[in-house]
Amino acid sequence: MDTTQLKTIDIVKQGLERRYRAERRFRRMGLAAILISLAFLSFLFITIASKGYSAFVQTRIQLDIHFDPQIFTEGDIGAADYPRLVKASMAAMFPTVTGRTEKRQLYALISSGAAFQLRRMVLEDRALIGTRQSVWLPADDDVDMLVKGHLEWDGGRLTPAQVKWIEHLATQGQLEKKFNTTFFTAGDSREPELAGIWGAVSGSFFTLIVTLLLSFPIGVATAIYMQEFAPRNRWTDLIEVNINNLAAVPSIVFGLLGLAVFLNAFGLPRSAPLVGGLVLSLMTLPTIIIASRAALQAVPPSIRDAALSVGASKMQMIVHHVLPLALPGILTGTIIGMARALGETAPLLMIGMVAFIVDIPSGFLDPATALPVQIFLWADSPERAFVELTSAATLALLVFLIVMNGLAVLLRKKFERRW
Amino acid sequence: MKLAFQHKYSAPKDSKGDSLGRVDGKPAKTQEGMAPGQSPAPTVGTPYVDNPRVICRNVNVHYNEKHALREVSLDIANHQVIAMIGPSGCGKSTFIRCLNRMNDTIEGCRVTGDILLDDQNIYAKQVDVVPLRAQVGMVFQKPNPFPKSIYDNVAYGPKIHGLAGNRAELDEIVETSLQKAGLWAEVKDRLTHSGTSLSGGQQQRLCIARTIAVGPEVILMDEPCSALDPIATGKIEELIDELRRQYTIVIVTHSMQQAARVSQRTAYFHLGDLIEVGKTEQIFTTPRHRLTQDYITGRFG
Repeated sequence: MDTTQLKTIDIVKQGLERRYRAERRFRRMGLAAILISLAFLSFLFITIASKGYSAFVQTRIQLDIHFDPQIFTEGDIGAADYPRLVKASMAAMFPTVTGRTEKRQLYALISSGAAFQLRRMVLEDRALIGTRQSVWLPADDDVDMLVKGHLEWDGGRLTPAQVKWIEHLATQGQLEKKFNTTFFTAGDSREPELAGIWGAVSGSFFTLIVTLLLSFPIGVATAIYMQEFAPRNRWTDLIEVNINNLAAVPSIVFGLLGLAVFLNAFGLPRSAPLVGGLVLSLMTLPTIIIASRAALQAVPPSIRDAALSVGASKMQMIVHHVLPLALPGILTGTIIGMARALGETAPLLMIGMVAFIVDIPSGFLDPATALPVQIFLWADSPERAFVELTSAATLALLVFLIVMNGLAVLLRKKFERRW
Repeated sequence: MKLAFQHKYSAPKDSKGDSLGRVDGKPAKTQEGMAPGQSPAPTVGTPYVDNPRVICRNVNVHYNEKHALREVSLDIANHQVIAMIGPSGCGKSTFIRCLNRMNDTIEGCRVTGDILLDDQNIYAKQVDVVPLRAQVGMVFQKPNPFPKSIYDNVAYGPKIHGLAGNRAELDEIVETSLQKAGLWAEVKDRLTHSGTSLSGGQQQRLCIARTIAVGPEVILMDEPCSALDPIATGKIEELIDELRRQYTIVIVTHSMQQAARVSQRTAYFHLGDLIEVGKTEQIFTTPRHRLTQDYITGRFG
């Protein structure tokens, strides 16, 4: 080919292959990145789900309980010796067991929470006294683990005699895996079979309510002031830079701040959702402010002009026109910020929300813990049964996060308007 | 008060107008003299009228360091259409945005000089822009209806100003405004539809209806037809001619034909200076300034 006679089109064609190659390469890299991340994500979900799903069922043992009127003779029904009811029933079921050690091993098959369950039943309905009832009571966590196949059948934590009794109960149909309501209704416990996430979920709920009530109005108001009213000068620039930096401050620093200010200086109660909410608000505010400012800035100036030109005041312009259009962005930012707050552990450790709390919090000042902190606590516990509880609680947390992010997408879709 | 102002600003007494503003036929300055930073070019033609609606004297606008409008003195006559023409960046949009203080929203914008509406300097400290903008409405280059229903678009102004006592009165205002804007027949069956669902020309008429609904006295139009097709443009131009009976209209346009068709007076701006003002026929047939002549004959711009 005569190079001096090359036409433009020929030169273009020569370079064409190289251009497309670069494009294909980039596309392939993108696709590979997506596949790898999907693989990791599914690996994460599969591990957690496979470890955690078994926590949603619980081994229970059916016992024939005779609510012996004799032990209820004393005035206070709540103070009666309920463990004795369980023991009597167990002993009646295995009359051959006589030795002291053997008896103790037998009684160890039933959770120590069984007595509390009977007590609850009697306090709810006194007519039970004197009757004979068939009751499904939670088995001990070792039994649970054995039944679920997490423990060795021989040479494990259970003695051969105990394993035999369990097999006997299973063949009698008196040992079954049932849906684990305890997990969703109970607070924390030292006994894995009695531990549940409801206490932590309530704690997270109260904490997030405080966070939302504080950070949403303050964040949006700050964004509106900074974006629409504040003059642009060195001071506002400084504030802006600082807000942006705050979003990147390690969350434990906010925890330290909460400890120093809210607990030590203001004397607010330790472990309270109120303090947790205050600390998480500090952490969420920058996120909400930045997202809201971006959303406000994205509202086209033509809408502002239109509102001002018919004589709307600045506040009317913002409230009637700018804010509704910026709302999807603001809500998305808020929910993302809240989701981050929901998953936050470190700052809560500093203000004492890491305590072992059995009671379900019923208010903003009750001692409480939060869902991620609960996961952290359980992950630290030695019992094998806490492994599946940890995974199950993580699943619950992921479900909450997915729901919140889904809500953000939905709200965005619903309020998004074209102009 | 009014007399005093008229006296102060009456045409012959204004020194600029007297000595330089009314040069006949002869360009006061050459094109070389128009470079920014030089002293402002004197206006030729007739910037002053009897019984003006708006009086502008020595208006200067700075955007930070940039001197965007220099020493503009101009009267806007009542119930007339005055067209602002000139090449891009000449300050005509800046000028009309001064008239309802929309320039306030632009950061670094500084306006000096006097703009009088009803003998009141609208840039005086005690002036509230909210009633001013109710009095001086504005229609923008790009149709900008609110992303709300057609009804709400028109009703918004009356609602915030409390012009309607009840729903029936508000309906009445909306209907008459849409009628005046020539849109009623097209939208009367779909008032609840979104304003943004209309075509470009309809949207612009909706914006005009929204402006009219507040009951302004002066309407500013910043290139209202530049985003529209010729048919929609034709409708808007007819509408402007209709509206002239009730309102004083200031229109910025890039189309000289449009200026010729709709306006009674025309002002030619160039690089921040008001070069020439006069009756529209005179500007387009016998321009006195060479820059005006160059522009309207298409030599530049």
